[in-house]
Amino acid sequence: MLQDKDRIFTNLYGQHDWGLEGARRRGDWDNTADIIKKGRDWIVNEMKASGLRGRGGAGFPTGLKWSFMPKEIGARPHYLVVNADESEPGTCKDRDILRHDPHKLVEGCLVAGFAMGAHAAYVYVRGEFFNEAARLQAAVDQAYEAKLLGPDACGSGWAFDVYVHRGAGAYICGEETALLESLEGKKGMPRLKPPFPAMSGLYGCPTTVNNVESIAVAPTILRRGASWFTGFGRENNAGTKIFCISGHVEKPCNVEEAMSIPMRELIEKHAGGVRGGWDNLLAVIPGGSSTPVLPKGICDDVLMDFDALKEVKSGLGTAALIVMDKSTDIIKAIARLAYFYKHESCGQCTPCREGTGWMWRVLERMVKGDAEVGEIETLLDVAGQVEGHTICALGDGAAWPVQGLIRHFRGEIEDRIKQRKGKSRVAA
Amino acid sequence: MPKVKINGQEVEVEAGLTVLQACEQIGVEIPRFCYHERLSIAGNCRMCLVEVKPGPPKPAASCALPVGEGMEIFTDTPMVKRARNGVMEFLLINHPLDCPICDQGGECDLQDQAMAYGYDGSRYAENKRAVKEKYMGPLVKTIMTRCIHCTRCIRFASEVAGVDAIGMLNRGEHAEITSLEQAIQSELSGNVIDLCPVGALTSKPYAFAARSWELSKTESIDVMDAVGCNIRVDARGNEVMRVLPRLNEDVNEEWISDKSRFACDGLLRQRLDRPYVRNAQGKLEEASWGDALRAVAAKITAAGPAKVAALAGDLCDVESMYALRGLMAAIGSPHLDCRQDGAALDPSVRASYLFNTTIAGIEAADACLLIGTNPRWEAPLVNARLRKRWLRGGFPVGVVGPRHDLTYDCDYLGAGPETLEQLSTGRHAFVETLKKAEKPMLILGMGALARRDGAAVLSAAREIAAQAGMVDSGNGDGWNGFNVLHTAAARVGGLDIGFVPGKGGKGTAEILEGAEKGEIAVVYLLGADEIDAARLKKAFVVYQGHHGDAGAHAADVILPGAAYTEKSGLYVNTEGRVQLGARAVFPPGDAREDWAILRALSGELGKPLPYDTQDALRDKLRRELPGFLAIDTVEPSPSGASWGAFGKAGPLGGEAFRSPIANFYMTDPISRSSVTMAKCADELANSGKATGTDG
Repeated sequence: MLQDKDRIFTNLYGQHDWGLEGARRRGDWDNTADIIKKGRDWIVNEMKASGLRGRGGAGFPTGLKWSFMPKEIGARPHYLVVNADESEPGTCKDRDILRHDPHKLVEGCLVAGFAMGAHAAYVYVRGEFFNEAARLQAAVDQAYEAKLLGPDACGSGWAFDVYVHRGAGAYICGEETALLESLEGKKGMPRLKPPFPAMSGLYGCPTTVNNVESIAVAPTILRRGASWFTGFGRENNAGTKIFCISGHVEKPCNVEEAMSIPMRELIEKHAGGVRGGWDNLLAVIPGGSSTPVLPKGICDDVLMDFDALKEVKSGLGTAALIVMDKSTDIIKAIARLAYFYKHESCGQCTPCREGTGWMWRVLERMVKGDAEVGEIETLLDVAGQVEGHTICALGDGAAWPVQGLIRHFRGEIEDRIKQRKGKSRVAA
Repeated sequence: MPKVKINGQEVEVEAGLTVLQACEQIGVEIPRFCYHERLSIAGNCRMCLVEVKPGPPKPAASCALPVGEGMEIFTDTPMVKRARNGVMEFLLINHPLDCPICDQGGECDLQDQAMAYGYDGSRYAENKRAVKEKYMGPLVKTIMTRCIHCTRCIRFASEVAGVDAIGMLNRGEHAEITSLEQAIQSELSGNVIDLCPVGALTSKPYAFAARSWELSKTESIDVMDAVGCNIRVDARGNEVMRVLPRLNEDVNEEWISDKSRFACDGLLRQRLDRPYVRNAQGKLEEASWGDALRAVAAKITAAGPAKVAALAGDLCDVESMYALRGLMAAIGSPHLDCRQDGAALDPSVRASYLFNTTIAGIEAADACLLIGTNPRWEAPLVNARLRKRWLRGGFPVGVVGPRHDLTYDCDYLGAGPETLEQLSTGRHAFVETLKKAEKPMLILGMGALARRDGAAVLSAAREIAAQAGMVDSGNGDGWNGFNVLHTAAARVGGLDIGFVPGKGGKGTAEILEGAEKGEIAVVYLLGADEIDAARLKKAFVVYQGHHGDAGAHAADVILPGAAYTEKSGLYVNTEGRVQLGARAVFPPGDAREDWAILRALSGELGKPLPYDTQDALRDKLRRELPGFLAIDTVEPSPSGASWGAFGKAGPLGGEAFRSPIANFYMTDPISRSSVTMAKCADELANSGKATGTDG
């Protein structure tokens, strides 16, 4: 179990002062100028060495992403954009960072921004996070007042501004290029890639889009050193991570833990265990709604990291565990997620626009057993036709839960179909 | 140049091409819906997915992927086939499949590609989505349930047409294309019908009128403006059902204006289909060709050569004007003119009345001055080119004359001659902009020339061109930035063949004046309707043309001719490009082709013209003017020293320049007879004027 001294987010539960004073007591804004003085290359290399993988869901190495920014600032300014559009069902980690530890993010913006040659950071906050955006704005204001931001941020000589922007509450705006479109005032629809944001992002300028958690942990990593961070988790899955545990557990919570912790240990130690005991577990969605569901058999001994979950054909995603006990109608649960993706599809590209609705409708019938057994295969094929054929990853995210359901609970669906057929025969 | 492998075949392609374009170059077909080479890349239909190595193990959208060195592209692997099948199935699950009652049937991309790339059945067992119709004005009919959300229409409107009129509302499967229940405020709106790959946007006037496979298709030339758009006339039986654009990169690319496309219903109304002669009671009475021609011949003979005059209208083909010119020469009258509006065009220097830069040449220009013109209404396709050039940046546009929304940013310099004088004398700041430019151009409209001081305006414009180095700026690039933008399809042809007053002859203004004074006894109007016909009351008026418009109302004898779709004819567009129009249908009733009417009249006069067929006429014309041999080419304009003097320096008037077109949708007898154009005029041209308290 992660020791308190190794926690990055020491005010995750809001027991202490969120403001600048409290943050300083916890070690934030401590000699930030010194970090900056070590230079761009040092910061990027240290981040690379730390093995930090993006905390937004895709798990792309953060240091590597920063290094894609042009080395020299050309005619176009560089931008850092922080993705605080946390909307993945089950995920609520960024929200607690924003409201309880906002200065970690603000300081991270400065350090990361400097490392990529940006003089401005935009934090795109989910529309529903009204209070969180206000809290973040207050933290930014405090930082300006203390001259931690501004023309000479922290006395480092680097001019840096942070702007808080509120979205209007669309899941798709958490996709990085849709977020940029939305930030530019357009409809939130993902862009085609290439060009990638590092070449042409916000207003056509070199841009890096990072998750709140990825940015917020950066200053601590740089202070304590990459080797400290790599001390947690297995190789290629370094560090600590905030896990969001929800669903049928005794005490749903956010908790920072070391990567590669066994799922069972995580749930039992921090969330009070599954309602009715571990044996009452039906399945867990391990990384936010878009990752495929895992049945109890796999949950028993799977580790919570990128590679282990990938091996069992799921993913770490945002590390948001949705725990479901045996009282759950798993088909209904996945059908509800399918409805979510149908509702949030931007409608731009064909497979997602048409496929999400199709999958949802078939699943709704399957909930009632009003389907043919052969349709399960059709559904799986449709999911496969959506996956990988779309502009952005929303299509993948919509297909994976359905694929996970069929992979592990095909029997359930078949039973329900047969049950209904049996009933109707009796009735006749 | 990167080397790539397409389906195992190694090819070298131009850098910067997309995978789709590279495949197309070697003849590998890639299905697509949203991709269009003249619009920005959307990449949203996902039909063009191909397998690319190296890359992630999933198919990539070929329309948006630039080719890279060493790329291996596969378009026929199981992965690609499966992806195409899948996308096609998705497109069809919510498509109504109402092809039998769809106007797009038979020329539908979705239909065609479903045949080639789709499954033979659907696995979709749910209800289909239905979408409410949208109102997009009198021209574009919507059946939005058929829409596949390719967004071509949106991109066309905002990119080519330059109006943010169409957009997408809502998201996911509720996404809908709409213009917010407003007519599309653009002269190019009809092109979205061609662009729509399905039957979501179809032609409202043509709705349920015909099936595409029963139409005979004739490639021809448009006469609604002086651009000479290349068109295809689709006819069933002897009726023109619709007009579509035809590709010509140098002229109209693949667009046409709404007037060119939709005015064709005017070809069925107000037609002159038999000869008429005014009887003793002053009423026009049906007559035989013989009687009518005899009546005309008698009047001409009686009047004598000095009292006969001829005016050619805006829609005439070169052959008919050539025949009439020949006839006037045979009679011995020098009173003829093809400039109905009295524009001060100088027929002696060809470069002085041409659009020398050429329409495609606009794209090379880097500064522009518009004088007395509203190109958006006078030549929508020229305006579209100007916008295309402007979009690329570094293209300042100055305007002297009427202020209009031209769909691109302009510096409004002034309203009329005063500003022109400042420019021509180098006292205006915009002169510097023009001088700095490497390839500056100016466009002189009829609004600046068709006025009393037209010759002085022409001279001032020449002066501006000379000062700004618009004509061969000394580097021998042959650039000529002096342009006259005509509004009449017949005008350049008329000037080319010399349909202008001969020695001692009268021009349009003098002919009208002469008719009032009795100096002109017989006026022969060849499709001339844009004159004040009331002034011809005292003269004997012969009207040869196809529509019962102003000219016919004033006529004493009506000789029914053929409209542009009913005859083969040569037209010269504003660039000086000779183009050949073709006959799609026959003239109605007893109407005849125009050159033949004139040939018959010449026989009646006892002075037969020396040709009996149109070929013989063209032969003679081409021997006299070899320029007419070259179809669809533009002779390079003379530049530098060989550029003659023209115009007449003189005092400029005080009146502001006005565009000759007050209503884009009604500019000639055909469009004035068109019900569709009347609806457009009602809804579009007059919009903004009507208020809630009107009526």
